[in-house]
Amino acid sequence: MSEFEARVESREEVQAMAESLVLQRLREQFGQALLEVRVWRNETTVVLAPPDLPRVCRFLRDDPDLVFDFLADVTGVDRLRLPESSPRFEVVYHLYSLPHRRRIRLKVRVDEGQAVSTVTGVWPTANWHEREVYDMFGVPFEGHPDLRRILMPDDWEGHPLRKDYPVEASPKWWGEEPA
Amino acid sequence: MVGGRAGVSPIRTMTLNMGPQHPSTHGVLRLVLELDGEVVVKCTPHIGYLHTGIEKGLESKRFQQGIPLTDRMDYLAPLSNNLALVLAIEKALGITVPERGQTIRVMLAELTRIKSHLVWLGTHALDIGAMSVFLYCFREREQILDLYEAISGQRMMSSYFRVGGLVADLPPGFEDKVYAFLETFPDRLAEYEALLTKNPLWLQRTMGIGTISRDDAIALGLSGPSLRACGVPYDVRKAHPYSGYERYQFDVPLGKNGDVYDRYMVRLAEMRQSRRIASQALQRLQPGPINVADPKLVPPPKQLIKRSMEALIHHFKLYSEGFHVPPGEVYQPIEAPKGELGAYLMTDGGNKPYRVHFRAPSFVNLQALPKMVQGRLVADVVAVIGSLDIVLGEIDR
Repeated sequence: MSEFEARVESREEVQAMAESLVLQRLREQFGQALLEVRVWRNETTVVLAPPDLPRVCRFLRDDPDLVFDFLADVTGVDRLRLPESSPRFEVVYHLYSLPHRRRIRLKVRVDEGQAVSTVTGVWPTANWHEREVYDMFGVPFEGHPDLRRILMPDDWEGHPLRKDYPVEASPKWWGEEPA
Repeated sequence: MVGGRAGVSPIRTMTLNMGPQHPSTHGVLRLVLELDGEVVVKCTPHIGYLHTGIEKGLESKRFQQGIPLTDRMDYLAPLSNNLALVLAIEKALGITVPERGQTIRVMLAELTRIKSHLVWLGTHALDIGAMSVFLYCFREREQILDLYEAISGQRMMSSYFRVGGLVADLPPGFEDKVYAFLETFPDRLAEYEALLTKNPLWLQRTMGIGTISRDDAIALGLSGPSLRACGVPYDVRKAHPYSGYERYQFDVPLGKNGDVYDRYMVRLAEMRQSRRIASQALQRLQPGPINVADPKLVPPPKQLIKRSMEALIHHFKLYSEGFHVPPGEVYQPIEAPKGELGAYLMTDGGNKPYRVHFRAPSFVNLQALPKMVQGRLVADVVAVIGSLDIVLGEIDR
């Protein structure tokens, strides 16, 4: 093993240890609320029940040992074509702690029409991210201050990133083009 | 002032539509400005005019096929986009590119940063009214475009990084061209600085304009130079090194006030650091493999295909079916010129990604614009947009 590879491995070990601390704190605090925990390629994913999301987020941001003060990203996944496809949608949150340099991924799963509580109150940056998830997947966010489509026109029909949405243009819109 | 004396009807504000076709919005960005005289009361950005469904398109392309699509996101820094995607796929595959491949990637990623910052500086200065800086910046950018052309035959959308390494090794004489560019670049930077850094007009238009506090910047998810101009020392290359960045010596320039001027100073200093990293990479370049030694991932050399049956089969399999990635999900952040560019990849074991999402830095940074321009003049909106360094291709994806 070269010196370079050894260094890469030790860095990943340190990261894995730090992440287990986050999991430990989460288990102490919420225990039952963590539906599923998965560590793959040194990344930790925690699946939560939708009603638990806001209090877990607040805890992760405010706990002095964790301080997940930076919400890097929010996105969605349509699980329609996965082996396990119910509930259908997954909203994925990538949290980052600037002081501790740690990452964690949170997920909630909801079915068609079911709303997810907004986290704009915890991290204002979630505003546009949640609008994008709403636009692309049709997952509504409860309590969002300005839930409108963001990339598609306001009167667009359908949600493009759903797996049952055609990859090519929406037939309806092409049909309406004047000859 | 909105409100007015008792008995007098309040003065109505005017709504002004800035964009989508406006030269200072850097693409097709539409801002709806509510104005009281010349003062911005409220600013509402409308985006999506450049939405091309890149994330959707990636789901229907094999892993290797998706790379050219990413070039078109932040078209001023195509290699950074390539890097985020290939690193995410490599992380999911559990492979590491050999040292020479990584060094070349770092060198080109830093040249890309310089190239992107040059366009930012030129257009930002042009927006504020300094025409000549634009011409100088594009002169140097041209040299980097020539380097791009030398490695890939393409001046802009080069798609040079591939899963497992690079599309080809550097052409002969490439190192000398990079060396020549890096040698002259500090003098060029000094030229830009002579035109702007102490120019009273420039100072008036940038100092104390578009200020954002450290806490607001973090809460709004700002990243890259815009975040560091507020004094937050977050740089993905330092915090979570990838491609061997931990082996390079460089500083992370920080600002203090979080205004347009500090963002300008941070980016100028970053160009110097990028030059420093690129010249270290140039010194580190040793002969060796550039791709992982896995014929199931990297196509065999053309000559071998004519002689070896196995190579022919690998070639056929790679270009007809591609490779499969084990099921799982990864998030790979990199420090793109605009900020933290994250690639979120979800795989289901197939030869195409199940879902790809890009955390586009411009998308998140633009969200801070209304906060920065509130209560300022319309002319400042132009300066602030320029200082955020947004690219609409990346925002709308």
